[in-house]
Amino acid sequence: MRSGRRIADRILILASTFATLLGIAVLGSILLMLIVEGVKGFTPSLLTEPTPGPGSVGGGIANAILGSLVMTFIGIVIATPIGLMAGTFLAEYGRTSKIADIIRFLNDVLLSAPSILIGLFVYTLMVRPMGTYSGWAGAVALAIIATPVIVRTTEDMLRLVPSQMREAGAALGAPRSLVIRAITWRAASAGVVTGIILALARIAGETAPLLFTALNNNSWFNANLLGGVPNLPVMIYQFALSPYPNWQSLAWAGALLITVTILALSVVARLVIKDQRAR
Amino acid sequence: MSASPAIRSQFEGRSPADVKAPVRIACKDLNFYYGNFHGLKDINLDFRDRQVTALIGPSGCGKSTLLRTFNRIYSLYPEQRAEGEILLDGQNVLDPKIDLNELRSRVGMVFQKPTPFPMSIYDNVAFGLRLYEKLPKAELDVRVEESLRKAALWDEVKDKLKQSGTGLSGGQQQRLCIARTVAQRPEVILFDEPTSALDPISTGRIEELIEQLRTEFTIVIVTHNMQQAARISQFTAFMYLGELIEFDATTKIFMNPAKRQTQDYITGRFG
Repeated sequence: MRSGRRIADRILILASTFATLLGIAVLGSILLMLIVEGVKGFTPSLLTEPTPGPGSVGGGIANAILGSLVMTFIGIVIATPIGLMAGTFLAEYGRTSKIADIIRFLNDVLLSAPSILIGLFVYTLMVRPMGTYSGWAGAVALAIIATPVIVRTTEDMLRLVPSQMREAGAALGAPRSLVIRAITWRAASAGVVTGIILALARIAGETAPLLFTALNNNSWFNANLLGGVPNLPVMIYQFALSPYPNWQSLAWAGALLITVTILALSVVARLVIKDQRAR
Repeated sequence: MSASPAIRSQFEGRSPADVKAPVRIACKDLNFYYGNFHGLKDINLDFRDRQVTALIGPSGCGKSTLLRTFNRIYSLYPEQRAEGEILLDGQNVLDPKIDLNELRSRVGMVFQKPTPFPMSIYDNVAFGLRLYEKLPKAELDVRVEESLRKAALWDEVKDKLKQSGTGLSGGQQQRLCIARTVAQRPEVILFDEPTSALDPISTGRIEELIEQLRTEFTIVIVTHNMQQAARISQFTAFMYLGELIEFDATTKIFMNPAKRQTQDYITGRFG
């Protein structure tokens, strides 16, 4: 009896260890490959020159980096106020109302919607009427992806604020809007900021919504968001599939850059949360 | 039914109940509902000026519910409602036309768990002051200091007013909450089990503080701790299952209660 249990115990430990190692090995080999190939592509011109023409040598991805930065920034600027307000409504005003339940449900649907659908949606909404791929359309598509993330984390973080805190504010005669602004938002600020950072990390690497909206452009990004705008994910997608070794090498470098950026954002998000817990 | 010498000795040297003090809060046929649950049943009770009135009774008896009607804090929750009258200086608090925020600046509340706001110690105390009074900075400083002194916290925090209020110890946080309430110069202060989350030393300090605050404010305190009620209150109301069973001077309730249920509860036979 007892040895039977011990054997079952051993088997389970072995199986779970093996599964863990398998997972880590796959992830590790991807990362290793990415680092080895990506580092090779890191040339001095990578961050200073725009993407080169097909079959040429040298060049960089500076235009794609800049385009990605601008669209991601605009996307988060659009998404943050909407997400913050909607999350606040769900957590503070609409806790028990029917409409809040519906909004919460739709938000969850949006949260798990395939991002290519969002790309197609914005394509129909903006690219076709405007007759051109554009950076604005790309930014809006990214904003639509970021918004439900921010709504969700904002609501969750506000719900973690004890209701006694709201009662204490109300008991001093503070109107509800002030209690929310001065007390609950502040109490939940680290969590809310983390949500925004995670949304940023999420959209920084999105490819599908940009394929139908911002597309790409090999020229220098010239602050004109009307027209195709170069960006990292689509650049990687196109260059990686190309037959030119130079383009492939640039795609590796771009992939490594995005991965490192997202990793850095996630680390920052964790630090913010840790700091909040320590307080 | 007579009290032991041990109980009797608790009351020696204590300020006696002033039965002639004017009535600050008068509950008339007060009923309270949580949805369909009848939480308070026909409560008629007077709270006298500058006296500490303790509400005691077993869990779920309605003592916190009663306390939460005086500043209508329950109205944050749509399914809760009160019927009847609560007269604060003759004005019905339950009147739908009353300005809730103004009412709450007159009836302060201190909660079971300390609830410092996520801001500096100074801003915590100034929070309520900034709501309704536009004070110049110098005067605000004076009021913050005065409030912290009244809450017996000034000496401990005077050098770190800019630090976060959440960094204080539990007992200090609770005194900060008291300072915040006192700063508004309310008429009445409601305490909802203010020491149940604190250690014995912090509890002792809060009790001393309540004794001092009584000279200026009318105080109502909910407590699970009967010794605490006996130590700090002039009047005690014993509640059970949403009803007021007995209300009298604290000495009378503890030494010679009129009702059998009160006697059983204070001697620990149930509850």
